[in-house]
Amino acid sequence: MEFKSKDFSNAPRVLKIRKLKVGLTGRPNAAPVLDGIDLDIRAGETHCLVGESGSGKSVTSLAAMGLLPKGALEVQGGLIDLEGFEITSASPSQMRELRARRIAMIFQEPMTALNPVIRVGEQILEVLNTHSDLSPSEAKKLTLDMMEQVHLPDVERIYSAFPHQLSGGQRQRIMIAMALILDPDLLIADEPTTALDVTTQLQILKLIAEMQERHGTAVLFITHDMGVVAEIADTVSVMQKGRIVERAPIRELLTDPKEAYTRKLLTAVPNLAPRPARGDVAEKDVVTVQGLDMAYGGGGFFRKSDRVKAARDVNFSIPPGRTLGIVGESGSGKSTVARCIMRLIDPTAGKITVAGTEIARLSRRQLQPHRKHLQIVFQDPYRSLNPRWTVARSLCEGPINFGTSRDEAMTKAAELMELVDLPRDALDRYPHQFSGGQRQRIAIARAVAMKPDLLVADEAVSALDVSVQAQVLDLLDDIQEKFGVAMLFITHDLRVAAQICDDVLVMQKGFVVEHGPAGQVLSTPRHDYTRNLINAAPGRNWDFSNYRALDHAPAPKGAIA
Amino acid sequence: MTEFPHARRSAFQVLTGLFSLPPGARVGIGPVIAAAILVIIVLASVMAPLYVPYDPLAMNAMARLKPPSEEFLLGTDPYGRDTFSRVMTGGRVSLLIGVGAALVSVTVGLFIGLVAGFFRAADSVIMRIMDSLMAIPAILLAIALVALNGPSLGSVIIAITVPEIPRVVRLVRSVVLSAREEPYVEAAIALGSSMPKILIQHLMPNTLAPLIVQGTYICASAILIEAILSFLGAGVSTEIPTWGNIMAEGRTYFQIKPGLIFWPGLLLSLCILAINLLGDTARDLLDPRMKKREG
Repeated sequence: MEFKSKDFSNAPRVLKIRKLKVGLTGRPNAAPVLDGIDLDIRAGETHCLVGESGSGKSVTSLAAMGLLPKGALEVQGGLIDLEGFEITSASPSQMRELRARRIAMIFQEPMTALNPVIRVGEQILEVLNTHSDLSPSEAKKLTLDMMEQVHLPDVERIYSAFPHQLSGGQRQRIMIAMALILDPDLLIADEPTTALDVTTQLQILKLIAEMQERHGTAVLFITHDMGVVAEIADTVSVMQKGRIVERAPIRELLTDPKEAYTRKLLTAVPNLAPRPARGDVAEKDVVTVQGLDMAYGGGGFFRKSDRVKAARDVNFSIPPGRTLGIVGESGSGKSTVARCIMRLIDPTAGKITVAGTEIARLSRRQLQPHRKHLQIVFQDPYRSLNPRWTVARSLCEGPINFGTSRDEAMTKAAELMELVDLPRDALDRYPHQFSGGQRQRIAIARAVAMKPDLLVADEAVSALDVSVQAQVLDLLDDIQEKFGVAMLFITHDLRVAAQICDDVLVMQKGFVVEHGPAGQVLSTPRHDYTRNLINAAPGRNWDFSNYRALDHAPAPKGAIA
Repeated sequence: MTEFPHARRSAFQVLTGLFSLPPGARVGIGPVIAAAILVIIVLASVMAPLYVPYDPLAMNAMARLKPPSEEFLLGTDPYGRDTFSRVMTGGRVSLLIGVGAALVSVTVGLFIGLVAGFFRAADSVIMRIMDSLMAIPAILLAIALVALNGPSLGSVIIAITVPEIPRVVRLVRSVVLSAREEPYVEAAIALGSSMPKILIQHLMPNTLAPLIVQGTYICASAILIEAILSFLGAGVSTEIPTWGNIMAEGRTYFQIKPGLIFWPGLLLSLCILAINLLGDTARDLLDPRMKKREG
């Protein structure tokens, strides 16, 4: 694949960070959050900071913006030099002057970064009014011009729209317009595409690259996604526990990583090559879904609202020990299908047969004995366990509901902890005492405690760091092998789907657009939408774990990039 | 089998856990003084029969409207009853009404609120009933109940409780509405837990902290409303002294004997101020943003 390879050694240096140390306010002896960071960014360069959560990527960017949370974090040493201006000792008013003019930032979640009650055009205009003396008509003209530049359609209309009326991609474009309108020398982008769908992500990455070209801006890009790094970076700094452990030009880092930590990170990155196909199973399907329809809304006591069809005519079946992946962008209806099957919501039409029983029309009471056949693991490990309950109590809840004695359930819970590779004494602890990955293991153990026939994983690894993600995927694989459980794996990430699924079902706006074996769907997709998804997957041609390009890169013909 | 000593926490541990001070949080001197004042008033009222010098109802034609003296610490009222004895005894009923109204409205409101928050079908019906209850003014209801049943402690508590219940229901319902969307509740459904079990074990603990805070406010306002009702003559029978009816009786002699209104009024104000202050402190301490994670 093509990497950026421009040489920046002659370009002027925009940001220079030396020996930066950031620690907890008032606790000089506590372990520092950032420990001796050195960083150089030159004009026109894209410098990526990668690392897992808690490695200090965002703190670095906040320190550069002079935005460290007061009373919590403080610079304890080192210097941050923005074109000759020392940021660590700048006064608040000097910093205000600096921001937007010389240094600007875009954030992960454009909905919360924009003010929901002010029209987006006026929010861009406000930046101009604060930092320049343009006349109102000139300012407005410049604003509209900037909105054109970030490729917003119909700028006059969008100018007077409120944030909630725009899509996620459009909101991020507004943020970019706002950040770049005063033509800063340095743009800090903190996970700007993480909350977006892959196809939107691709557009935003392209836009940032285009703006960078046009304005010669230096970009400090923070991300946890190696695929994104491969697409946009000139130079990469790998961070771990507040230090930069390795820095190299992108090609060098991906082909010849020096540090063990970098290797570990890269090895965990899933790629688009589908898992080896497993043999056919002779046994009967565990779950069969026929003609599943789900429409939201339409109820209401006083007025009828419009019905939104979230899933239409979904059909599939899963044999024991096999995994079906449902992939699609947000709003495609993939989670709706999962929730219908779990009967957390009631489908409007269709049949769901689990372990020989049709459950789509059962009442809550009738359904109760069948609940044990299906279990679910949710996306957010921080919210899927009751924070007031010990792990033991959470693990025992299900079995006790089905008549297991408390003692027996406890013994079983201890065994489960071993299965998911957690210490036995973890049973007495509360969820907040565990990391995200450990919590997800507990949630999996809780589901497995019921010995289900079908395990639904609803974006179960999406909130986890890549290395943890890889471990949890392995765990799910082990469990499947051990118990022969059928799995329904919901994900927005085609790369993860490629790693774990036997079959893949692609959904778009509630419709199933493609359904087939993973190898076939990922290498010879038939539908345009699938092709777009594959083409938008960042770093799709690179086999990160083997430090080389993918042999049979999935390069579908007739792709619309 | 293996022992899991902390697998279940007792209700007491849950409560003390709620009030354990997060590291770094400081309680100022205000709440401490408030707690001290409240404890003194409560103890003094509860133990009043043990130490007051006179029967609060015993009239004495020889000692009408006496000024404060060694014999009558705070003087006497127009019937020659000892004001000190009456005020201290009167606190018992006032506090009883405050605590009683708070407990009844919180308990009833918690139950209705849980049901309304969790079952959508019940929600619209229950909430409309609550809306109409909210429209009934406590004072009119009290007058009606007193007219029907005669003045009694029960009527007063009911009259104060009924308009408070909808407020508690709304509070509990809003907590349940947001908590029921939590994935751990959906996981419990998937694990086959019954609805009552989910309501009591998963959802109810979330409502506990705001309820404790709300309870203190109800307690304070109940004491105040009782005083108003007694003042209007719709409260507890005049044979039982309460701060409210002592002041009501004293108002005709206000100009010559201001103490008849001043002393019960002072205790009432101190009491309400203290309870409200403690309620505010509890709210701050129980606010999850202020509370560090335990453990």
